[in-house]
Amino acid sequence: MTAFSAARAPARALSWVSKGFVQIVLLGIAIFWLLPTLGLFVASLRSEADNTNTGWWTVFTKPAELTVSNYQKLLSGGGFTASFWNTIWITVPATLLVVLIASLAAYAFAWVDFPGRDWVFLVVVGLLVVPIQVALIPVARLYGLIGIFGSIPGVVLFHVAFGLPFAIFLLRNFFMGIPRELLEAARIDGCGDLTIFFRVVLPLGKPAIASLGIFQFMWVWNDLLVSLVFANTDSQPMTKALQAQMRQFGANIDVLAPGAFLSLIVPLVVFFAFQRHFVQGLLAGSVK
Amino acid sequence: MAQIVLQDVDKIYAGGVKAVDALSLEIRDGEFMVLVGPSGCGKSTALRMIAGLEDISGGTVSIGERVVNDLAPKDRDIAMVFQNYALYPHMTVEDNLAFGLKLRGTPKPEIKKRVADAAKMLGLEPYLKRKPAALSGGQRQRVAMGRAIVREPQAFLMDEPLSNLDAKLRVSMRASLNQLHERLGVTTVYVTHDQVEAMTLGDRVCVLRDGKLQQVDTPQRLFDAPVNLFVAGFIGSPSMNFVTAKLERDGVSFAGFKLPVPADVFETKPGLSGYAGKEIILGIRPSDFEDAAHAKPDWALIDVTSTVTEELGSEINVIFAIDAPPVEHKDTLALAKDATEGEEEETAIPLLDNKALWTARVNARSRVRPGQSLELAIDTHSMHFFDPESGLAIGHPDTPRV
Repeated sequence: MTAFSAARAPARALSWVSKGFVQIVLLGIAIFWLLPTLGLFVASLRSEADNTNTGWWTVFTKPAELTVSNYQKLLSGGGFTASFWNTIWITVPATLLVVLIASLAAYAFAWVDFPGRDWVFLVVVGLLVVPIQVALIPVARLYGLIGIFGSIPGVVLFHVAFGLPFAIFLLRNFFMGIPRELLEAARIDGCGDLTIFFRVVLPLGKPAIASLGIFQFMWVWNDLLVSLVFANTDSQPMTKALQAQMRQFGANIDVLAPGAFLSLIVPLVVFFAFQRHFVQGLLAGSVK
Repeated sequence: MAQIVLQDVDKIYAGGVKAVDALSLEIRDGEFMVLVGPSGCGKSTALRMIAGLEDISGGTVSIGERVVNDLAPKDRDIAMVFQNYALYPHMTVEDNLAFGLKLRGTPKPEIKKRVADAAKMLGLEPYLKRKPAALSGGQRQRVAMGRAIVREPQAFLMDEPLSNLDAKLRVSMRASLNQLHERLGVTTVYVTHDQVEAMTLGDRVCVLRDGKLQQVDTPQRLFDAPVNLFVAGFIGSPSMNFVTAKLERDGVSFAGFKLPVPADVFETKPGLSGYAGKEIILGIRPSDFEDAAHAKPDWALIDVTSTVTEELGSEINVIFAIDAPPVEHKDTLALAKDATEGEEEETAIPLLDNKALWTARVNARSRVRPGQSLELAIDTHSMHFFDPESGLAIGHPDTPRV
């Protein structure tokens, strides 16, 4: 070891220790944050009697009492697996439709010049103000008239309608940030409006569209109010199914906890899958 | 390759603003035409009308004998290079180059060949797999040019492509552009506000002002025979010196000086003798001065006191005051406004007790220092004379639309 690196060794050790200290603090915060979720997970693995009698933390002294019977009960009940598929059938179309319609609309609002464009956009933004509760009864009546009350398409359409104003607003502002020259260059290269949309605007809009997709997915997946009103027992998603069970037996953790965790898997997967599309600076290098 | 003809082209924006006013211009096949002028003169608008990115309010634009007013940009067979490159950031350099060809259904081997040729021509081969974010400014500009070259269009349209590059890079890119034009011979329309670029790149240069054509000519003729005060002051750096003077048959007098006007000047400038006894605006280029110690013997001599000297190494700019006010003509005011980029408070007409400041460019061997008095020689054969009301050059064969 030369004198030079010998002098650097204490400095390196210090930086390692301080980095280690930071890691420990971060780990501590992470554990603290995850504690409630961990508690709920443990509770889902304990029987109803154990959950009523003692707190979930006592399981560390008695690991033998962990059981998967709650999960078995829930899954074999039949209603729950059906509601899982209902949730998928509601959430995926609601998300895809919102993303597709909003991105097309946002592109038109940002880059296509048509008469009354600004007024229409103002109306769309104004719709952001309308609360869901205000629309429940009128839409319920409308659904009754056209006969889709209680069905999955009804729930999907309601979610799409309420998801669009924010989605259009978000995407339009993002698309406006695309430099005009880029679109002009594409036009000169030979793109028509649709080609520009699919080959230039959408790829560049990935960060915004990914965030929008995740938000919309989470919102619809976890929604209870809309499905309470507009879904009947056949088409109910997991949130409504769990809530229905709850009314029968009271506040029972042994149903809610496993239900919550089963319901959690898909959004987690979606989130981690789309997370990398949040990449900032996607436009770097395009223009000066 | 094709000629581009603009016939009485107008561009009027909502609100009545006329960005381009009855512009008629003929760009020959294979020519490198530069559109130059101060900010807001309509040069970019004219270029965008040729490209099809702006609607044409009046007149016709033809590319290769075909009127293209109603054609979409992609059908006009032109390629454009933008000031800020406009590269597709989510595609590699190779894909950026190939994009336009793919859209037109060009067969894959042909695309590969053209991309490879353009990359070789522009030195982009090592960067083909990179994305624009990983390139320097000069490299990105070359990709933008490559994108235009692979299309093999009838004309290149370039909108201030070198403005975002640093000074040295700009100089070397200018040389590359010249070489490229020699090699490819494609009709090119190039917009710039930098008159040095205009002079070095253009086969012919078109000077625009407020949407109107001032003069279109070769760089040398623009320099030697400007058609009005504006062109005279815009082309050439440092710009031409102006003063209001009285013309007589035996000489022109201003600020206590009297310079003889050679007989052949009266002959070559018809109409000049008609101004005898009247006031005219005299223009002398800084390069038509010389330190009397190093000048030709038959040049006229004046004594001046230098206020500032700019030593450039190859020459010295001597700035001196003359005992006359700066010329107040709408053309010189327009030039001053352009020099200060429109800021109202400052003025680029240098004032020293309301005395005009002139610039003379002398040989580097001259030993002039600031504050020293100096004898300057003037090449009286190269003096320029302008009508004080219209600003038009006296005795010039062309008449612009002013």
